[in-house]
Amino acid sequence: MGPLAQPTGSQKTHDTAPTARLEMTGINVAFGGVLALTDVSLTVEPGQVHGLIGPNGAGKTTLFNVACGLVRPTSGRIVWRDRELARLRPDKLTSMGIARTLQGVGLFPGMTVLENVMVGAHRHAKAGFLSALLALPTSDKDERLLRERAMRALTELGAEAYAGRYPGSLPYPVQKRVALARALVSEPELLLLDEPASGLSEDEMTELGELILSVTGRMSVLLVEHHMDLVMRVCDRITVLDSGKQIAAGTPAEVQANPAVTEAYLGDAVDVEADAAELTHADGGRTHG
Amino acid sequence: MSDLQSPAPSAGQVTEDAPTVATAAANAPSAAASTGRSLLPQSTLLRHLVLLLLGAVAAVVLLEITDPFTNSQLATLSYYAIAAGGLTVLTGMNGQISLGHGALMAVGAYTTALLLQEPADALPLPLILLISVVTTTAVGALVGVAAARLHGPYLAGATLALAVGLPGLAVYFHDQLGGEQGLRVRAPRAPESFESFIDLVSGASASSTKWLAYVGAICLLITYFLLANLVRSRIGRTWRAVRDQDVAAELAGINLGAWRVLAFVVSAAAAGLAGGVLALVVRLAAPSGFTLVLSLSLLTAIVIGGLGSLLGALLGSALLVFLPPFVTDLGTGSGLSSTEAAQLAPFVYGVVLIVAMIFAPAGFVGTIRMRWLTQKAKRSAGRAAPADSSRG
Repeated sequence: MGPLAQPTGSQKTHDTAPTARLEMTGINVAFGGVLALTDVSLTVEPGQVHGLIGPNGAGKTTLFNVACGLVRPTSGRIVWRDRELARLRPDKLTSMGIARTLQGVGLFPGMTVLENVMVGAHRHAKAGFLSALLALPTSDKDERLLRERAMRALTELGAEAYAGRYPGSLPYPVQKRVALARALVSEPELLLLDEPASGLSEDEMTELGELILSVTGRMSVLLVEHHMDLVMRVCDRITVLDSGKQIAAGTPAEVQANPAVTEAYLGDAVDVEADAAELTHADGGRTHG
Repeated sequence: MSDLQSPAPSAGQVTEDAPTVATAAANAPSAAASTGRSLLPQSTLLRHLVLLLLGAVAAVVLLEITDPFTNSQLATLSYYAIAAGGLTVLTGMNGQISLGHGALMAVGAYTTALLLQEPADALPLPLILLISVVTTTAVGALVGVAAARLHGPYLAGATLALAVGLPGLAVYFHDQLGGEQGLRVRAPRAPESFESFIDLVSGASASSTKWLAYVGAICLLITYFLLANLVRSRIGRTWRAVRDQDVAAELAGINLGAWRVLAFVVSAAAAGLAGGVLALVVRLAAPSGFTLVLSLSLLTAIVIGGLGSLLGALLGSALLVFLPPFVTDLGTGSGLSSTEAAQLAPFVYGVVLIVAMIFAPAGFVGTIRMRWLTQKAKRSAGRAAPADSSRG
């Protein structure tokens, strides 16, 4: 158990400390003739939250998609669990211990919340087609285990009361939690969060921050987000992109102090001060909720 | 049932509990959210076996209290319902449309017909039907692999080509498949045990028609038992996930193509069995029996019944089989000539279809289920509103 594996969450679904490191080195991506990313390197350390920020069009989502093998880089290496990640079908991600949320929600509208999360636990299913066809007890037992896993994930995110509901009738923040539960239930070692705070209120964002911090004992997180206060609060390290280039990397404090970030990303100094003020504010009020 | 009596929902309070997509309204969830006490057994196998037994009893009663003509109508219903059950799994649960299921039925029907050309009782009937299922499954797998790459109108077009083209093979291979006239099917004799069984339950004559109606009913019950098992399991859930949100399903580790092919294969297997039963009941396998109209009728049946629901597929098929003769009888009864009465049937059928789509867009089962869920949600929302709103 490393120092990062301090129990932070209330429910432990697996207690092995994350050891796998995601290393991206010298990533170049070109769409047609347009360079989307130029020589970007990023390492997500085990159990850490790594933030990826930058203005619109900076290449955040592209790098994010490179990280999970959806976009193949023109050149560069992505190493995960000592294996090159460059060629990967999206459906192979979960078996590699990588879970990813979609921008927005992306829940299955025709299925209950519980079923949605159970789909997320797909890779833990053991019973095959034949036992389902004949309704053998192994299928029932498997279903019960998946259901328990799903309920545990929903409980951890405080959404267990909505298990029997359909996503379309639920408030947006609840849907986001369900989507997060669906990602967590696969017990990933690396969680890729694509703008998880979009559409959330201040309070909900605070809760989200705590949720992210509570899972870090179990997994590493790569977070794309443009809400600065959330990023500054939860991230251990931050990479800043601008126009496809990496302009800064380091701890939140280092990044905030970096004049290049101030200039290129935030545009003017006033925003940084505002964010810094928000940051201290948020730090003080972190225990509520 | 009036909405006026239920309290108006306040802002942010959720009262709806039914799926917001009408096409999914008839889907039974694969897992219950609450482990509340229920009279039904916990085990899926036991629950479905109880239903199977009830279905078998109902089938025997129905076949014994009705006249021979209705018996043969019920036999017709059985093969429609078997094919519709398979199609509702494909279209309702997995979201793939198929206009080619009539052609897949033709594969099953011709296989059965060919095997029955052999000298008397060379192969037992269950084996013949099983071979028909396997053959059709193989054809279905081929089509499914192609279909898995297609969506919406493209898939409809490709399967349409199958529906139009495949029966043409019978004309092309005239010598083996009998051309336009088709293959006559010599219906297999009923076993001794069947005669003694009928003698035991009703004492009626164990006619060949009755035997075939029983064969149809047995095939229907077995098919629905197996399909219900799949629908209620992880398999059905995964199919629906692929239907609802393919990107999210893929990220959950689901291989979209493989699961789409699986749905097509299962559906084709049902179509193959349906074709086999059709060949027995109609005693003929001919291209004219497998036109595009058959494929469209199957789609109509599952849409009217409620997409993705086996009960819906059965009800839709029943409407398909019983409505036209019912209307024709009504017509001749009220003084129309037999030609006029026969022409009335498609008209009434069309009207029923339009009315159903206006008032029950989610099909019989879907609409009723949606009503019931909404009512239930309103009741529980009344109780749980304070707890609900504090959660946000």
